[in-house]
Amino acid sequence: MSILSNLINGISLGSVYAIIALGYTMVYGIAKMLNFAHGDVIMVGAYVSFFAVGSFGLPPVVGLLLSVAVCTVLGIVIEGLAYRPLRQAPSLAVLITAIGVSYFLQNSALLLWKSDTKIFPNFFAYTDAAGETHNSISLFGGQLTVTYVAIFTVVICIIIMLGLTWFTGRTKLGKAMRACSEDKGAAQLMGINVNRTISMTFAIGSALAGVAAVLLCSAYQTLTPTTGSMPGIKAFTAAVFGGIGSIPGAFLGGILLGVIETFAKVFNTQISDAVVFAVLIIILLVKPSGLLGKTSREKV
Amino acid sequence: MPILKVTDLHVYYGSIHAVKGVSFEVNQGEIVTLIGANGAGKSTVLNTISGLLHQRSGTVEFDGKDLKGVAPHKVIRHGLAQVPEGRRVFLQMTVQENLEMGAYTRPGGEIAGSIAGVYERFPRLKERRTQVAGTLSGGEQQMLAMGRALMSKPKLLMLDEPSMGLAPILVEQIFDIIRELHRSGTTILLVEQNAQAALAIADRAYVLETGNITLSGTGAELMESDSVRKAYLGG
Repeated sequence: MSILSNLINGISLGSVYAIIALGYTMVYGIAKMLNFAHGDVIMVGAYVSFFAVGSFGLPPVVGLLLSVAVCTVLGIVIEGLAYRPLRQAPSLAVLITAIGVSYFLQNSALLLWKSDTKIFPNFFAYTDAAGETHNSISLFGGQLTVTYVAIFTVVICIIIMLGLTWFTGRTKLGKAMRACSEDKGAAQLMGINVNRTISMTFAIGSALAGVAAVLLCSAYQTLTPTTGSMPGIKAFTAAVFGGIGSIPGAFLGGILLGVIETFAKVFNTQISDAVVFAVLIIILLVKPSGLLGKTSREKV
Repeated sequence: MPILKVTDLHVYYGSIHAVKGVSFEVNQGEIVTLIGANGAGKSTVLNTISGLLHQRSGTVEFDGKDLKGVAPHKVIRHGLAQVPEGRRVFLQMTVQENLEMGAYTRPGGEIAGSIAGVYERFPRLKERRTQVAGTLSGGEQQMLAMGRALMSKPKLLMLDEPSMGLAPILVEQIFDIIRELHRSGTTILLVEQNAQAALAIADRAYVLETGNITLSGTGAELMESDSVRKAYLGG
């Protein structure tokens, strides 16, 4: 039963990674840049929902929506102010800028909200008439407990993945994003506004970060200015693992990484992160384009 | 009145003066070709007209409007479509999706009819409409690139080296299609290294050499010109 329990926890953790990784992979696929500030956008979303629900007593759903709204705007602003002026710059300049934005967000959070750990309320729990708090369901006569947040995380992740697949495959804007990802010059000749399309991509990726913020913090219930950075890096690993630029790849990479990490923790908590990054290194050695990544081919 | 009028166009790549005062025009209903060797500046001229590059000086007037400062994604809205050099179809998108992208600026309701029109002109594309463009042959990709450009219902179609990299039989086919497009009323500006084929179908032609127009005339005139024959038609 403990294997099953670990598997469920792993899939749930992996689903959070997958949601974050989808943001990474969308932005990478279209803008061809790694937005290392993505994890810190999550942290900002988490603080927003923390204050909305914890301090102002707003309902969790409103907290989630506020997190999504603030992250979306933040993503658009970051892209417009920090990355757009560098559209023609070498990719190294963009990478350094992204790292700079990441530290800027972390330190702004430190200044505004201090370094002390905030206890994040679990958005996926309720208190019954008797004053008892419920946050999980028991299965097999109490041998297996699954938290509501774990269930919601997996379900939301699947909905997001299917939604993005539909969006990029069926809608006009989604197809325009794929066109931009392949050839920005040709996309412009079609009449596609590349800047606006990239901006929309950041909006979507950051909205997902806003969702991930609530799921992540509801599960772990702690919040500091560096909360987003480790999940951000792991989700980036998941995106590369699955094949960066690929939506199913980010999903698969995220889930697998979560499961690997959870099982590694069972054997040894200290080295679980080392195992996660060892997986990245091995995958990159064996299959540089990732599990579902396309090997880029050029045809003249 | 010319639909496209390029006047004293100068374009630089950094400090390299690639186009040095080029002037030419295309009249409604004409097929005009710009021929010249590799590196003469032909593609630079086209890319400047479509806004992907910016001129240092000179003007591009299209349909009576100065295109200076018009963002590249807005140029197509004025009725100017370009089939870029190397085709540049979206390789990971299906044939049908490529055509949809060509109609990006048009209202959704009109697209299905235009796609049917393109399929009628290029039955091969219809057969392959659900295939991703990367699986098409070079000739089919060229047809797709042309079909995609036609999806915007352009007033002027600019073709950049449509014969590049194609087998002779396919080159002939592509030129037949261009002639057919012209006959059905499309105004065409054709950039080509294949001077023979281009001059054979052109109403008028310009010869571009290292950024300057050195000769102009009707297609037939240039075909007879000694210097053109020596330089481009193999004697």
